[in-house]
Amino acid sequence: MALKDFPVDECLLQGNAACPGCPATIGLRLVLKALGKKTIMVVPACCTAVIESLYPFTSFDVPVMNIAFEAAAAGASGVEAALRMQGRSDITVIAWAGDGGTYDIGIQALSGALERNTNFIYICYNNQIYSNTGIQRSGATPYAAWTTTTVEGKTEFRKEMGEIILAHHIPYVAQTCISYPEDVFGKIQKAKSIKGPKYVEILAPCPPGWRFSMDKTVEMGRLAVETGAWSLWECENDVMSFNGKSKLILEKKIERKPVEEWIKYQGRFSHLYKPERDEKRLKAIEEHIDLLWERYRKCYGKTEGSTPSSVK
Amino acid sequence: MTIMMDTGNRIAAKAAIMAKPEVVAAYPITPQTTLVEAIAEYVARGEYKGEYICVESEHSAMAACIGASAAGSRTFTATSSHGLLLMHEMLHWAALARLPVVMCNINRVIGPGWNIWVDENDSISQRDTGWIQFYCSSNQEIFDTVIQAFKLAEHEKVVLPVMVNLNAFILSHTSLPAEIPKQSTVDEFLGKYVAQWKLDIDNPTTFGNIIGPEYYVDVRRAMHEAQQHAKKLIPQIANEWKKSSGFYHGGLLEYYKCEGAEHIILSMGAMGAECKVAIDELQKAGQKVGLARVRVFRPFPVEEIITLGNQADLIVIDRNISIGSEGALFNETKAALYGESGAKATGFIAGLGGKDVTYKDIVTMYMKALTHKPREQQWYGMEG
Repeated sequence: MALKDFPVDECLLQGNAACPGCPATIGLRLVLKALGKKTIMVVPACCTAVIESLYPFTSFDVPVMNIAFEAAAAGASGVEAALRMQGRSDITVIAWAGDGGTYDIGIQALSGALERNTNFIYICYNNQIYSNTGIQRSGATPYAAWTTTTVEGKTEFRKEMGEIILAHHIPYVAQTCISYPEDVFGKIQKAKSIKGPKYVEILAPCPPGWRFSMDKTVEMGRLAVETGAWSLWECENDVMSFNGKSKLILEKKIERKPVEEWIKYQGRFSHLYKPERDEKRLKAIEEHIDLLWERYRKCYGKTEGSTPSSVK
Repeated sequence: MTIMMDTGNRIAAKAAIMAKPEVVAAYPITPQTTLVEAIAEYVARGEYKGEYICVESEHSAMAACIGASAAGSRTFTATSSHGLLLMHEMLHWAALARLPVVMCNINRVIGPGWNIWVDENDSISQRDTGWIQFYCSSNQEIFDTVIQAFKLAEHEKVVLPVMVNLNAFILSHTSLPAEIPKQSTVDEFLGKYVAQWKLDIDNPTTFGNIIGPEYYVDVRRAMHEAQQHAKKLIPQIANEWKKSSGFYHGGLLEYYKCEGAEHIILSMGAMGAECKVAIDELQKAGQKVGLARVRVFRPFPVEEIITLGNQADLIVIDRNISIGSEGALFNETKAALYGESGAKATGFIAGLGGKDVTYKDIVTMYMKALTHKPREQQWYGMEG
């Protein structure tokens, strides 16, 4: 659906407590426009618990259940089971969690809910840090990025959560980014139309966390995709396809931009340029992305529709 | 009515199924396993028509119960020992969210080292979570208490989760007869579950968002008041069930031959039943001693214990220890008496790690207690 045709109704209301330039609110608006009011949200500890605003107020026009950090998928399992017993198949249950609550503390409950074939959409808005607690490293934080717990830059590469989810062989898995509203909207709509467990991960560039100007949120997401540091893809019933610019990069129809085009705007990487260029780490980042794409091409690139499970 | 000759776990499962929860979420742990296996059999036979979610951890079991309860369904789970400890965060969550989840906990030792026998430290260490806690002493009491637990948890003046504790193996794996009422009796007693609050798309509300101190203190106080209401309701509900089913195991406490007693033994769980045999023996020998078996540890029956203290000296036997302090029942009994009764309260720690405590041991403890100094607590049955 084209941007101009998106529903005008808003389920994320004005006056919420998000930071200026917050990518989570962009994601929430798009997701809730795609899902509509017959949606119940389960939210673990994450920035969204703040965006909801202080009791007795709320910024959501759909029912929201907050739950403990590691428990979003399990809590959603319970909501979904109860609704099924009550015959409410018209309601979509979503878990909306950050990368900390997904990659790290919540991965067990998430894996369990997927394996049990829970009929829900798990959405991870990934800002690559524990932003709500003040910018600590997570399993999604990229190599060399500064956080308050990786003061000289993270020494490990991030994990590929999307591929961990693919290994569950659920009906629908997708990666997207807040900078591509049609892509987000379309993927959430598709997820809604499919029965069973669905996982959608949305890259969410965080101005205070990544240390960039708050008017650059959308641009940071685009550059992440254009440099290949992030990718847009979906996998429906084990059939994988890359989307948008990521498809062109995969098929080598365009060259990905050098990753420095993305990281040079972000204060979290500024130590790679001061006092002098850290060639070693800059090279390591670039090489890691090259290797990632080589693997993507090998696994998913030969023909559209190759199944992740069938590739050696 | 039929007689069911079966283990505590299977009778607990029977009661849970007869209460017709819409969602059960559980994870196996010895010695709770036969309970969740029994539920799986009810599912397989088509006798349980609700959702049975076999989750990947106890933490998720409670989280799923929280989700289901918040969505407006009656929910049940069961666990034990380390499983209960893993749930700890979500126990607080269920109580603070005011969700009437009902759970059976099979009291088992905490490791290391691994030990699957009876000990009450698992549930005692959850006493501050806001859950109502029952301790059973027979399979009949397990059945009746599980049914009553739903009624209590869901009562509009309570709306708190309830934990029904039964001792590992002594009850969980021991066959004892229990009379099972007709399904219609249970249906009539419990009524159809109507949630006091729920996630509702027609009335979208955010539950559990950020709350400042000015409101948070109200939340805590409301929970405390709900437990005070439960204190009044537990005996009422027990009496209602007596009218429906004919069975009664006491209110907050069960009193046994306390009339004229100069000493009263306080205990919980299956050891409470063993105490009855000891009381019979001691009374035969001319001792003026009775038993008050504490059925409900939360809310703590302060007033009832003061009344006991005004009648007799109290001897408390704990199957738990708050390390660095003393047995929880002993500790709280003394706190209840403080300033209200001059009764001498003494105590024993006994039966930890599943060590057998027979009526003969209880007789021995009683005899020793007669020479105890006030406030003295001893360890009983040490090997050397």
